[in-house]
Amino acid sequence: MSVACKCSGELNSRMDALLEKYRGQPSALIQVLHRAQELYGYLPRKVLQRVAEELDVPLSQVYGVVSFYSFFTIHPKGKHQISVCKGTACYVRGAGQLLDRIKEELGLKPGETTEDGQFSLEVVRCLGACGLGPVITVDEDVHARVRPERLSDILTAYRQ
Amino acid sequence: MSLVTLTIDGQQVQVPPGTTILAAARQAGIRIPTLCYLEELNVIGACRLCLVQVEGARALVAACVTRAAEGMVVHTSTPAVRHARRLNLELIMSNHPRECLTCLRNTSCELQQLAAELGVGEIRFQGEVSPYEVDDSSPAIIRDPRKCVLCRRCVAVCEKVQGVSAIAVQERGFDTVVAPAFLAPLGEVNCVNCGQCSLVCPTAAIHERDETEKVWAALADPQMHVVVQTAPAVRVSIGEMFGLEPGSIVTGKLVAALRRLGFDKVFDTDFTADLTIMEEGSELIHRLQNGGRLPLITSCSPGWIKFIEHFYPSLLPNLSTCKSPQQMFGALAKTYYAQKEGIDPARIFVVSIMPCTAKKYEAGRPEMNSSGYRDVDVVLTTRELGRMLKQAGIDFDSLPEEDYDAPLGISTGAGVIFGATGGVMEAALRTAYELVTGATLVSLDFEEVRGLEGVKEASVNLAGTELKVAVAHGLGNARKVLDAVVNREREYHFIEIMCCPGGCIGGGGQPLPVDNEIRARRIAAIYQADRQMPLRKSHENPAVQALYREFLGEPLGRRSHELLHTHYTPRERF
Repeated sequence: MSVACKCSGELNSRMDALLEKYRGQPSALIQVLHRAQELYGYLPRKVLQRVAEELDVPLSQVYGVVSFYSFFTIHPKGKHQISVCKGTACYVRGAGQLLDRIKEELGLKPGETTEDGQFSLEVVRCLGACGLGPVITVDEDVHARVRPERLSDILTAYRQ
Repeated sequence: MSLVTLTIDGQQVQVPPGTTILAAARQAGIRIPTLCYLEELNVIGACRLCLVQVEGARALVAACVTRAAEGMVVHTSTPAVRHARRLNLELIMSNHPRECLTCLRNTSCELQQLAAELGVGEIRFQGEVSPYEVDDSSPAIIRDPRKCVLCRRCVAVCEKVQGVSAIAVQERGFDTVVAPAFLAPLGEVNCVNCGQCSLVCPTAAIHERDETEKVWAALADPQMHVVVQTAPAVRVSIGEMFGLEPGSIVTGKLVAALRRLGFDKVFDTDFTADLTIMEEGSELIHRLQNGGRLPLITSCSPGWIKFIEHFYPSLLPNLSTCKSPQQMFGALAKTYYAQKEGIDPARIFVVSIMPCTAKKYEAGRPEMNSSGYRDVDVVLTTRELGRMLKQAGIDFDSLPEEDYDAPLGISTGAGVIFGATGGVMEAALRTAYELVTGATLVSLDFEEVRGLEGVKEASVNLAGTELKVAVAHGLGNARKVLDAVVNREREYHFIEIMCCPGGCIGGGGQPLPVDNEIRARRIAAIYQADRQMPLRKSHENPAVQALYREFLGEPLGRRSHELLHTHYTPRERF
């Protein structure tokens, strides 16, 4: 599960500036990780190593923070973002089966991206459309009352 | 400073302000059970086994993190307290594998002891089991997350004592695991193999790689000539595995026990410790006299070596090129000893008994084969040897005292003190002083470099030159000294660094448990063993003198360079 790091020169120089500002400040870790993820869209291994080195925090602890908060991801985001609602209403109406089906179809677990870079999957809590559950969103589109057998068609439409 | 008075189980106790209920209770002779607590290092109130009732408090409180207050009334054994502790332990054990009978820590497991102590009659919950597999990627340390109770004691030691932080708490909820960054295998990260984690792990979640079967196989093979070397620190600690007091000197019994196991020759790493002093002392004098790179830093401790390779690669030229005594022994056993006895080195099997887990890694380093074979075949920790002796049914304490075999078992007091922090420095000073000045030392005891102070400094007049030395033990302390050198805040000529707190006597392969009192008693035993030796200076070791005469030539000579010296590998920081 690896997509080539798209760290371009410009991104890296913005990262340099960020690290310059917080050098030697372990307490700035979470803030720096937020900014780094804004820059790259995810947290590449090389970036985490640099954060550890410059902020003077052991890499094991940096990864501890990254793996604790579900907001942070070490996987690059795909072209299309699938969000499955696992709020109470969607959950009781079968969100679990949807996740199983997506795993079957795409080999994806929440937090991961397909190898072709097409899709990323995440679990969200309550999109405020409980009456339409189970709900998934793909990018900006809301799909209501999704049955597992419809998933294949829904996703194919985004492939092209 | 006025004392705080509180009442614990009806007893009045006076303690300094800031004292925890746990410490106050201990002072009063009242035992409160703990699991995650590790004095000064891991005080986090996580396991909730030290719960006590404080009158007026809303709920039960954790004694390890609650400070005693004036007038406080504490009960440590009410029905509610006992029930809560037992329930919490039951929950901790709900996902713990019940493999006690076949577990490496059977009878030495803190979880097992607590279950007995708190009277857990049954485990009513079946918890979600850890999804992580055993990590056996490291040649020294095995991680078994299934057995981990997430107490974080290993994490605390790795960070606060050693300053390595190879492991930390990763992921969350049921997926929480103590592991390196990216959940990488331990053998592929900056772990230095010191094994301090294995000393503090309450269960078998982190332990030494057990290699006793390889040694049993070699001993049973009539084709093999199996020789063993024992590190200095083992003789003052292995008795603890057989119920003897910490600090019992059992050198003669250790030799006898190894003979009973069937080793063909029982030799002593102290012999090559003396040899190390000849080579390293000469290297120091050479660097001093020829403007070589200073400070010279000792290289006996393999955890320290991997540490400097990862964290201070720019200082590698400062390291002595001497191999450790263990590796010098292996190289000589398969060359000098093989020739002398007319044994094919291919048939010689060298076993080391070490207080150290990192020695396992060292013996497997690709450069450690200067005899043309792997110089040291198997490294066993003190704990592994203790287990072998138990399996063999050897009644350790009733053994007679026997002597090491010649010639690789002949040593001096200078070799013995390698086992304690400051010992290599002191041994080197004894020899360097006499070699440089030509005078005889009046007192052999360099007290300034002894003891458990984290960093020790001394200055010795060496024929008009003030030789400035420093000694550090525990890698956190090593960092302090190295940073002072790098930042040019301090100037030294010679530095001794030992990876583990207290030196090798506090090594990661030593009997459990280890605390500062036990370290101090083992250290006292080391210096007593030194005083009992007829010879106490390495250059006076007759077997070492013969070795140079018959085989090596002179210190730092061609053959020494081939067999006794090595080189190092800069590594990534992570």
